[in-house]
Parts: sequence; C-alpha cells; structure tokens
Amino acid sequence: MSQFLDISGLNARIDADGQEKEILRGVDLVIPPGEVHAIMGPNGSGKSTLSYVLAGREDYEVTSGSVSFQGKDLLEMEPEERAAAGLFLAFQSPVELPGVNNANFLRTAVNAVRRARGQEELDAVNFLKTVRAAAKELGMSPDMLKRNVNVGFSGGEKKRNEVLQMTLLQPSFAILDETDSGLDVDALRIVAEGVKRLRSPQFSALVITHHQRLLEYIVPDRIHVMAKGRIIHSGGPELAQQIDREGYTKFLAEAA
Amino acid sequence: MPAVTETREAVEKLGLSSYKWGFETDIDMDVAPKGLNEDIVRLISARKEEPEWMLEWRLAAFRSWLQMKEPEWAKVSHPPIDYQDAHYYAAPKKKPGPKSLEEVDPELLRTYEKLGIPLHEQAMLAGVEVPEGEQARMPVAVDAVFDSVSVVTTFRKTLEEAGVIFCPISEAIKEHPELVKKYLGTVVPVGDNFFSALNSAVFTDGSFVYVPEGVRCPMELSTYFRINSRNTGQFERTLIIVEDRASVSYLEGCTAPMRDENQLHAAVVELVAMEDASIKYSTVQNWYPGDENGRGGIYNFVTKRGACRGARSKISWTQVETGSAITWKYPSCILQGEGSVGEFYSVAVTNNHQQADTGTKMIHIGKNTRSTIIAKTISAGNSDSTYRGLVRVQPKASGARNFTQCDSLLIGDQCGAHTVPYIECRNAQARIEHEATTSKISEDQLFYCRQRGLSEEDSVGLIVNGFCRDVLKELPMEFAVEAQKLLQISLEGSVG
Ligand SMILES: Nc1ncnc2c1ncn2[C@@H]1O[C@H](COP(=O)(O)OP(=O)(O)OP(=O)(O)O)[C@@H](O)[C@H]1O
Ligand SMILES: [Mg+2]
Repeated sequence: MSQFLDISGLNARIDADGQEKEILRGVDLVIPPGEVHAIMGPNGSGKSTLSYVLAGREDYEVTSGSVSFQGKDLLEMEPEERAAAGLFLAFQSPVELPGVNNANFLRTAVNAVRRARGQEELDAVNFLKTVRAAAKELGMSPDMLKRNVNVGFSGGEKKRNEVLQMTLLQPSFAILDETDSGLDVDALRIVAEGVKRLRSPQFSALVITHHQRLLEYIVPDRIHVMAKGRIIHSGGPELAQQIDREGYTKFLAEAA
Repeated sequence: MPAVTETREAVEKLGLSSYKWGFETDIDMDVAPKGLNEDIVRLISARKEEPEWMLEWRLAAFRSWLQMKEPEWAKVSHPPIDYQDAHYYAAPKKKPGPKSLEEVDPELLRTYEKLGIPLHEQAMLAGVEVPEGEQARMPVAVDAVFDSVSVVTTFRKTLEEAGVIFCPISEAIKEHPELVKKYLGTVVPVGDNFFSALNSAVFTDGSFVYVPEGVRCPMELSTYFRINSRNTGQFERTLIIVEDRASVSYLEGCTAPMRDENQLHAAVVELVAMEDASIKYSTVQNWYPGDENGRGGIYNFVTKRGACRGARSKISWTQVETGSAITWKYPSCILQGEGSVGEFYSVAVTNNHQQADTGTKMIHIGKNTRSTIIAKTISAGNSDSTYRGLVRVQPKASGARNFTQCDSLLIGDQCGAHTVPYIECRNAQARIEHEATTSKISEDQLFYCRQRGLSEEDSVGLIVNGFCRDVLKELPMEFAVEAQKLLQISLEGSVG
C-alpha cells in the first residue's frame, strides 16, 4: 500500500548563474494520512527548497528520486494540478500581487480548485459570507479582503492571509513554511488554531519551523531534522525541546 | 443586461489563441471601385446624398491630403501602403432609409448578435432581469457601423425625449447641418495630419452626439464598428458636442474578420466640451491583430482629440487597445477652459508581431488646468510597444498641473517597450510629474497563483489585470468585464 505522501531518495538542484547547485541530496520522508510532521533545521539546509519542489516550482530540477502523493506521481503534475489534488503551500515569503483584489483572488483560487475537484463553484454572495467568517476566525480585519493581495501587508498579516487561503482551499496536505515567523504571540495561537481546526484523518501537514513554540500548540506526530539537503534525524514531539536546548550540533556530528 | 452577459459568454467560449470575431458575413454589398481620386470622393458624397458644402469640404481635404506625406516619426514599420489598392466605400445593399430594426437585413442583425452587440431594444428592455447581488444597469444605446455605413441606431426615441441627438454622422449632416458645420473640423483641422486629411476626404460614417445644455445623457452611448468587406478601408468620423453643464459617457468597440491582407482604419474623433460639461470616452479596440506570424491585421491610424472649451469642463479618454497589427493613436485634450481637466487612461497590449505607438497629448492653455495620464503597456511575443506622450504648458496656463505615470510589463524576452515623454513647459508655475516603470511578469507571482490552483494562462491574466487595474476601473462596468477577458485572450500562448 502506498503511503499518503512518500518521498524517496529525492535529489534536486538549481542552476544558479550557470552553476549547478545540489540542494536536496536524498530526502526520504513518509507522512501517513492524518499526521502532522514538522521539519526543523539550520538556515539554508533546504527546507524551503523541499517545499517548492513538492509544490512544483520549475526552477528546481529533480535529478533523482520520487514522490508519490495519494498514490499519484506528484513530480509529473503541474503546480495547479497539485493544488487541485489537495496540496497547499503556505509560503515563507508570500508574494505581492499589485492590483489584484484579495477577495477576488481568493474566490478565483477557490473556484479553480473546486472546478478541478468536480465541485460546484461558489457564487459571489456565498463566497463572501464564507470568506468573511473565515477571516474573522483568524482575527483579520474585513479591510484585508478589500486590499490587494499581500500589498502593504505587514509580515504577520501576510502569514495570516496564507492561513486564510489554506482554510478556504481545504487542502488534504498543507506545507507551512515558517508560517510562525514574524507572528506575535496572539497571532501565533490563532494561526495554530487555524491548523488545528483542519486536523482530521483526511488532513496531513508538514510544518517547517525554527521555533518549538508553534509545536507546543500544534503537537506534531513526528519531528525531522534536516541538514545539508537530507533528513538526518527523526523523533517524536519531544525532539523540539531538545533542539531548543542543544541546537543542531549533536545531530550534525552524528550524521557526519 | 442580458446582451452584455452574452458578450461576456461569447468571449469566454473562445478557444485557444483564436480571434473569435474573425468570421465574415455574406451579404450583398454596394462597393465603389478601387482607388482614390476626386471622383471617388464625389461618389461617396453622392451615395450619402450630401449637401454641396459637405462635398466641397471633402474635396478641400482631399487636395490637402495630396500634398501631404505619411508620418514617419512613429516607432512602427510596415510595407508602403498602396492607397489606390483599396475600396473607399462599401455598404450593405439595402436602402439606408429609415432605420428601424425591422428594416435591417436579418443577416446583419445576426452578425451583431454573434458579436454580442445588443441591438434588440425589445429583448433588452424585456429582459432586464437583474441577477441577485448585481446592480441594475442602464441600457446602452448602440450605433452599429458596418463597413462604410451605420446600419442601425437603437434607443433613439428615449434619447430624443431627453433632447439628446445620437445618430449616424451622415444623417446629422443632412438633419443638423448647422451643428455639423459649426463644429466639424474645429478640433481636428482637416490638414492636421496625413490620416486626418485622408479621413476628412473619404469618411463614410460614424456617430454624431449632441447633448444640450444641462442634460445628463440618460444612458451610455456606444458605437460598434465592424469591417467586413475585403480590401476596404474604414474611415469613420465621430463628433460629440456637449453643452454647458451637460454630460455623456460614450463607448466604442470594434472588430474585423481575419484576413491575410492588411486593412486600413483611419478614424477621426472630435469632442467638444463646454462650460462644466463632461465627456467620458471609452474604447475597447479589438481589430484583427494578424496571425502569429504577423500576416494580416488592421492598420489602425487614428486621430482623437477633445477640446475642453468651457471653464471646468472635463474630457476623459479611457482606452484598452488589444487588437490591430499596427496602432497609431494619441487621444488628446486641449485644455482651454479655465480649470478644465483632461484625463488619459490607457492599456495597450501587443503580442506576436503587433506594433503599437500610442499615447496622448495634453495641451494646457487655460489657467489651473489639470491633466492625468496613466498608461500601461504590456508587450509579449515579438511585439513592440511605445508610449509617446506630450505635455505642453502654454505661457498663460498658470497653476497647470500634470501627473503622468507610465508602466510597462514585459512577457518573454523577444518583445520591446519604450517610453517617449515630451514635456514642453512655458510657465514657471506649472507642476509636471512623470513616473515610469518597466517590469517583467515575475516567476514568483506566477508560481504563487498556480500553487493556488490557477492555470498558467489564468495566472497571467490575473497578474496583467492587476497591473492594469488603475485603468480598467475607469471603464464602465460592462466594458471592464469584457476588457479583462480580452486582455487575457490577447496574451494567450505568450508564456510557457
Ligand atoms: N534560486 C536559488 N538560487 C541559488 N541558490 C539557491 C536558490 N534557492 C535556494 N538556494 C540555496 O539553497 C540552499 C537552501 O535554501 P532553502 O531556502 O531551501 O533553505 P531553508 O532551509 O529554507 O533556509 P531558512 O531556514 O533560512 O529558510 C541555500 O543555500 C540557498 O542559498
Ligand atoms: Mg526557508
């Protein structure tokens, strides 16, 4: 039986100014359905790259390895097909879309995935109701919906906006890339609750973070340590405190 | 309004990179022989049953045209145009006669139906069902111009009751000669430029609008131009006069069949705004742009100019230019009246081998005149786009202000975008601001949208529409929706 998400021997590189740069060097990771896993690791270890490769960013070339997602070959799919299949990425640095109204963007996105999933599109009125309610739960002012996507949003507002999108797109698998960075304590709790609300046997997540604080709210099933493009250590939720106390030196030494 | 929904659907149903409006109507036509000479000018005038003064006016224009040369300063290139190798008059056979809908050739009505143009007043009036959540909309009166003649003008009665004259210009020449004589050629003089002189000699139809003092025109007015015949040029002439404290919003749309040859479209539009009057002139230009290899397409050489004659008058040009093989167009405002306002909002999209050289002229003559220019240029494929704008402040225009913003967006690396601002300031107290940016559509933005489930084309459409937001929001709502779809269609196949 294939797993919900099964990453095996994944190697990926990028062409940086004409130089091939290996970033992922044999990532192995399995996430069963309904589980939330966390990835921690030093800056530049390849965490965001992994999330981009999973989401289908074309700049990264997968040189070997495989990723199966709900029985499908994820690497064969276009980014939008992955989104339709249930994959959601909350970006470490959400992109600004000048002139694009936030509510309109949300509706376009929601209806695009609904269409692809064979669901009926939401009309403007129903959509607005849903989105207003969701924004309220995340403590976002209704004003944020009228503004242009992420334009002039503060760091924390951008992150909340990512979580809002996640809530509305109802993914079966969400990757949260440092969604907790830049959030104040209250926002952190609100965002964590947003993730917790999605938790169900049909929802899995991969949470990338540097802080154990988030993991206190969202207690993950497993924590993985990533370094130099590989998962070098995995453990239970208690690993977070250990990393917080001791840093990565020990794991790095073990791996070497 | 149902007809507009149809337009929208018609546009939505577009397949990949096809020019939906490229069909040809098979209709019996009365076509003048090819070539351009005094006899042809006389023939046009005779066909239109024009008074003698009009013929004289045309002949004078023709003679001055003969002395002129095609302008060469624009950043466009094309093989020489053989002005003798085209027809200058083509009209559906059918007496122009009184223009009630019943008398219009059903084939023509079907053409406009296919284009999504609302000509059926009855159906429109009966069908004004307002979907929940949407505002009730004003009906739009339409003047439909097919090749050289106006085939029908809708809602004339309603407009007449309000005192507004909206009719084909050929009819105005006969019915309202005093108005036409008084204003025709006063904003764009016959000899203004090569193409305006040509137009003055051979124009065949177009719209005439007169809004009397104190009247706010009760509905949007719209002209829909269609070139159908082969080897035919279209030369339309529009004249809009708005008296003191009156206002009007006017829309212009156009399409043409797909053909291998290039066809010439040289229009002249003149606007006159008196004291406290306002004119909003919106264009969605969608002439056939030619194929991916640059074969065929319309040469669109247009002179549009508005005169703000009265104090506090306002003229606002909004244009979305997606079609034509070549666009040469500079809608301008002559800001004569004290405190008058000129605005120019433009989106120009070029793809494949299209060329556009477009912009505006704001001539500040009166005191405290203000102008705003927002020009968005999007180039894709092998296309080339130039914004060319002139802001001139005359010595007496104390307190004049201009703000100009030009933004270019490039898609791919084979296209070009250029900004050529000319600023001539002869008054030390004037304030002129100019901002310009050039950017590429970013991979980050595209990926972000696609991660949220949008296809690549939809993502480009969304980003481009966002880029054009400041201009699109100036369009009447119906047009804005259509323009958004058009932008996306025009750019199909431009990424990936
Ligand atoms: N487009 C790129 N061009 C050049 N180098 C890149 C590119 N993308 C990633 N890298 C490099 O790959 C490495 C991994 O980057 P990545 O963003 O995946 O790290 P990360 O683990 O997410 O770090 P952080 O914790 O700081 O977010 C870094 O050394 C980075 O500089
Ligand atoms: Mg990162």
